[in-house]
Amino acid sequence: MLRSSQPLTGPNRKRCREDEALLGTILDEGDRGFIIDTRSAQAAKQARMTGGGTEPKSSYPQWRRLHRPMERGRPLQESFIKLVEACSDPSLSMDRWLGRLESSRWLSHVKAALSTACLAAQCMDREESNVLVHGAEGTDTTLLVTALAQVILDPSCRTLAGFQGLLEREWIEAGHPFHLRCARSASSHARLKQEAPLFLLFLDCVWQLSRQFPFSLEFGEHLLLTLFDNAYASAYGTFLCNSEKERSLCKVKESTHSLWAWLNQPEERQKFLNPLYSHNALVIWPSVEPQSIQLWQGLFLRWIRPSRHLDEAWEEIQRLVKEN
Amino acid sequence: VENVRLLDRLSSRKAVLGTLYLTATHVIFVENGSETRKETWVLHSQISSIEKQATTATGCPLLIRCKNFQVIQLVIPQERDCHDIYISLIRLARPVKYEELYCFSFNPKLDKEEREQGWKLVDLNEEYNRMGVPNNYWQICDVNRDYGVCDSYPTEVYVPKSATAHIIVGSSKFRSRRRFPALSYYCKGNSASICRSSQPLSGFSARCLEDEQMLQAIRKANPGSDFIYVVDTRPKLNAMANRAAGKGYENEDNYSNIKFQFIGIENIHVMRNSLQKMLEVCELKSPSMSDFLWGLENSGWLKHIKAIMDAGIFIAKAVAEEGVSVLVHCSDGWDRTAQVCSVASLLLDPYYRTMKGLMVLIEKDWVSFGHKFNHRYGNLDGDPKEISPVIDQFIECVWQLMEQFPCAFEFNERFLIHIQHHVYSCQFGNFLCNNQKERRELKIQERTYSLWAHLWKNRAEYLNPLYRSDHSQTQGTLHPQIAPCNFLYKFWSGMYNRFEKGLHPRQSVTDYLMAVKEETQQLEEELEILGERLANLQKSQLGDNKIKNKQQDRSKELGLSTSNNSLANTPQEYCNDLKSFPSRSPSQGDEEDSALILTQDNLKSSDPDLSANSDQESGVEDLSCRSPSGGGCLPSEDSGKDSDEAVFLAG
Repeated sequence: MLRSSQPLTGPNRKRCREDEALLGTILDEGDRGFIIDTRSAQAAKQARMTGGGTEPKSSYPQWRRLHRPMERGRPLQESFIKLVEACSDPSLSMDRWLGRLESSRWLSHVKAALSTACLAAQCMDREESNVLVHGAEGTDTTLLVTALAQVILDPSCRTLAGFQGLLEREWIEAGHPFHLRCARSASSHARLKQEAPLFLLFLDCVWQLSRQFPFSLEFGEHLLLTLFDNAYASAYGTFLCNSEKERSLCKVKESTHSLWAWLNQPEERQKFLNPLYSHNALVIWPSVEPQSIQLWQGLFLRWIRPSRHLDEAWEEIQRLVKEN
Repeated sequence: VENVRLLDRLSSRKAVLGTLYLTATHVIFVENGSETRKETWVLHSQISSIEKQATTATGCPLLIRCKNFQVIQLVIPQERDCHDIYISLIRLARPVKYEELYCFSFNPKLDKEEREQGWKLVDLNEEYNRMGVPNNYWQICDVNRDYGVCDSYPTEVYVPKSATAHIIVGSSKFRSRRRFPALSYYCKGNSASICRSSQPLSGFSARCLEDEQMLQAIRKANPGSDFIYVVDTRPKLNAMANRAAGKGYENEDNYSNIKFQFIGIENIHVMRNSLQKMLEVCELKSPSMSDFLWGLENSGWLKHIKAIMDAGIFIAKAVAEEGVSVLVHCSDGWDRTAQVCSVASLLLDPYYRTMKGLMVLIEKDWVSFGHKFNHRYGNLDGDPKEISPVIDQFIECVWQLMEQFPCAFEFNERFLIHIQHHVYSCQFGNFLCNNQKERRELKIQERTYSLWAHLWKNRAEYLNPLYRSDHSQTQGTLHPQIAPCNFLYKFWSGMYNRFEKGLHPRQSVTDYLMAVKEETQQLEEELEILGERLANLQKSQLGDNKIKNKQQDRSKELGLSTSNNSLANTPQEYCNDLKSFPSRSPSQGDEEDSALILTQDNLKSSDPDLSANSDQESGVEDLSCRSPSGGGCLPSEDSGKDSDEAVFLAG
C-alpha cells in the first residue's frame, strides 16, 4: 500500500515520466494496481483547474482508479461541532434526537472511512493487488485510510506497541498537520479554516473496530481517549507542530518528552491494556451497516453520561480475567 | 417441493438450492448436497406474513416474514407450486383451533411428573409471600374464585385488608372489563405498593362509592403516606376522549387524597405501526446512515420505549423515594399497565433481575393478570387490529436497562431473545389464550409443557458473567439517568436484526467471560482437590519423603484462546448495494432442538471453540463471499450513483 498526494496534471494534462516510472516499478508485467482517490470524481476533475488532478488512464495503464469521496476540512469540523451540540443539548426531546444525530452526518463519515479502508484492505488481501491512496494533499483522508487499513489487515498494528508505531508512521511522520487540525476542538467559536477532526475520526473508527472485535485489539477505549486528549492539548511533544521538518526546527525532540515514553512505563501501560485481548492473526473485516456503527458514547458523552456502571462492568471483566 | 432456492436476503446473488417441506407444524428447507445438509426450520406460529412476489425468469419469489423478525426469501421454480405453497402457508399460519398449535404435539420426552414439576417452577403464591403479603394491610381475596367478578383476572388477587367483598364487587362494576384495583407489587421496606386496574367508567360525572372506597383502602394500607398517586398511562387526549364513551379517568375532586398524573404512552395501534415502520427500515437494502437514522426516528419506536421507561421510573421513584402507593391503569389495564408495572418492579426489586425473578414477574404481571396473549401475538387467526408488540416493548425495556447497568442482571441478552421467540412460537403453553380462565378450561398445564422449566434447564446459556449478587449494582433500586438521556436508548440489532449475522460484533464477550468464569471455577476446584491430596500425602508420609508435586496440566487449554482467532470473518462487499453476508454471530437464535433457525452453523453460541473448525478467514463453510475471481463487487459511493466504475473489478 502506498500513499501520496494528488498528481499535478493540471488543465493541460501534463505528464511526468518519473512519476509514471515510479508507479511502474511497483507493478510486475500484467499486474494490476488500484488507486483509491478520496475525492469524488467530480472534485478530482475540478482539481485540474488549480493545477492538481488525477492519474490519466493512458499514462498509468496498469492502475485502476476508484473514487471514494470522504469528507475533510471545514465540513468535517462542522459535522463534529454539530454532533457535540446535539449531545449536550438538554432540551432535545427523544423524537428529535436521531434527526439531530443524523444531520451532523458524523456517523456517515465514520461509515465512509471504514468502508474505504476496508476497500483498500480488500484490494490487497483479496485481490492481492497493490494500492495507492491519495486525496488532494495526502495529509488527511489519505492517512486516515492507510492507517485504518493497516489496523484491519495487520495484527501487529493491533498490539499496543504496534499501534503506537502505526501512529508514528502514518500520522506523525507522514505529516498530518496536527497543530492546524487539532487547534480548538468543537466548542470554540473561532472557526479556524484549517481545523478538522481527521485524527478523531480515525480514533472513532478504531473504537468501532474494538467494539466489533472485542478480543482483537491489545488496547482499549482508555488509550483512544488519551490520544484524543493529547492531540489537542498535551504535556508531551509528540503531537506538536505540523511536520517532521517543523519538529526538527523547533527542536521538539530535544526540548520535550515523548507521550510514548510515558505511556509505556509499566504502571501506566497496564491501564491501557484490553483484558480480553488475544492475538488474532486474521484480518478483521468490520460490518459497515448502519446498525453496526454506533455513537462513541465514551467520547461524545464523556462528561454528560455517568459512566459509573459501565466502569464497574469493565472492572468486573478485568477481575474475571485476572482471577483466571 | 424440490429445486427451491433460499436467497440470502441481503445479497440476492447468494442463493442456496434445496428442498422445501411443509409439515403440520413447520416449514423446513433442506439444502442439497452440502455435507452439512443444513436445515432451516420455521414454525408456522412464527409466520407473520407471506408475500408472493412477481414471477421472474428465475422463478416465483415468496417472502416469509416472521414474528421473531426472521425474514426468509424463497424462489420456487414453478408458479403453480408457489401458489400452492402460498395458500397452504396462509392456512397453516392462521390456525383456528388451539389444538392445531405446536405445543399440543411438541414432545420433549418428559414424563407426566416432570411436566407437572415444570409447571410448578414458578409459584405466584410463593412470590407474594416473598414480597411480604399477606400481612396486616393486605390479604388474599378469592371473591373471583369462579371468575364471577372479572373473567380476565386470576382466581386469587391481593387487596387491602379494609376492602370488603362488597367494595371489591362494587368497584369492579365501575371499571372497564371489571378489572378492579388489585395489588401488583408490595414494597416491604416502606409499605408502599403498586396496584393496577383498568379505567373507571366515570364518563363526565358518574361516581361510584365503592370504587372511591377501594382507592381509600389502598391509601390506608400504606400508613406512611396520606395520599396515593393515580397514574393514567394514556395520553391525556385519549383519556378525555374516553369520557365521551362513558369511561375516562379519576376526578381528583371525587376521590379523596389522590394525586392524578397522566404519563402518555401511545395505544396498541400506534405501537403496531411503529414496529412496522422500524422493520421496514431494517429491510432496506444497503441503507445509508441517513436512511437508517431518519427511518428509525420516523418510526418513533425508541421514543415509545422511552415513554414506557419514564413511566416505570416515575412509579419506582414514587414508591422507593416518596414512599407513596401508586394505582396504575390505562384503558383496559392489560397492556400499558402491565408494561409499566413490570418495569417499575424491575427497577425497585433486585429479585426481578434474576433469571427466576424475571420469569416470576412475567408470570405475575402478564400471564396471571390477563394480558391477551392470543389476541396480541396471534396464536390463533384473529383480528389484525388486536395485534401489537406489547410484551416485545417490555422485553426491550429490560434490554435497554441491561445496557445501562451491565452488572445488575443475572441473565443475558440471549435469555430475553429466547423468551420473545417463545411468546410467538406456541411451542410451550405459557403464553396461550387471553387469560387464566381460558387456560384452565383448555387444561393447558396437563396438555403442554412449561417454557420456564425449559429455560431453567438450560440456564447456563443465559447467565450474565458480570452479575454478582453482592455487587453494588445489584442491590436496591436502579436509577436510570433521567435527562439528558436520549442517547441512552439504542437500536436493538440483536433482536431486530437477529438473523443477520454479518451485523453483530463478531466475537461474543458474554460467552468468552462465561467460559473464563467456568474455567476459573474448575481450576479452583481442582486446586482444592490437589490441596487435600497434598495434605493427605504429607500426613501419610511422615516427614522425610519428598512429595512429588503434581503439575496440573492445563489440558483444557482454553477453547478460549483458539476461539478468538477463528472468530474473524469474511469481508463484506464494501459497496452500496450489497450488504454484509453471514458470518459468526453470537446471538444466533440457535434455539430449541426442533426450532432450528436459519444459521449456517447450528452452533450453540455457548460453544465458542466449535467455530475453530471452519476457516473463517477465507470463507465460512458455505455461505461465503466467494466472489468470482474478478471480485464482482462494485465499490461505489454510498448513494450508488457511480456507474462509470461499474465493472472495474471484473475485468
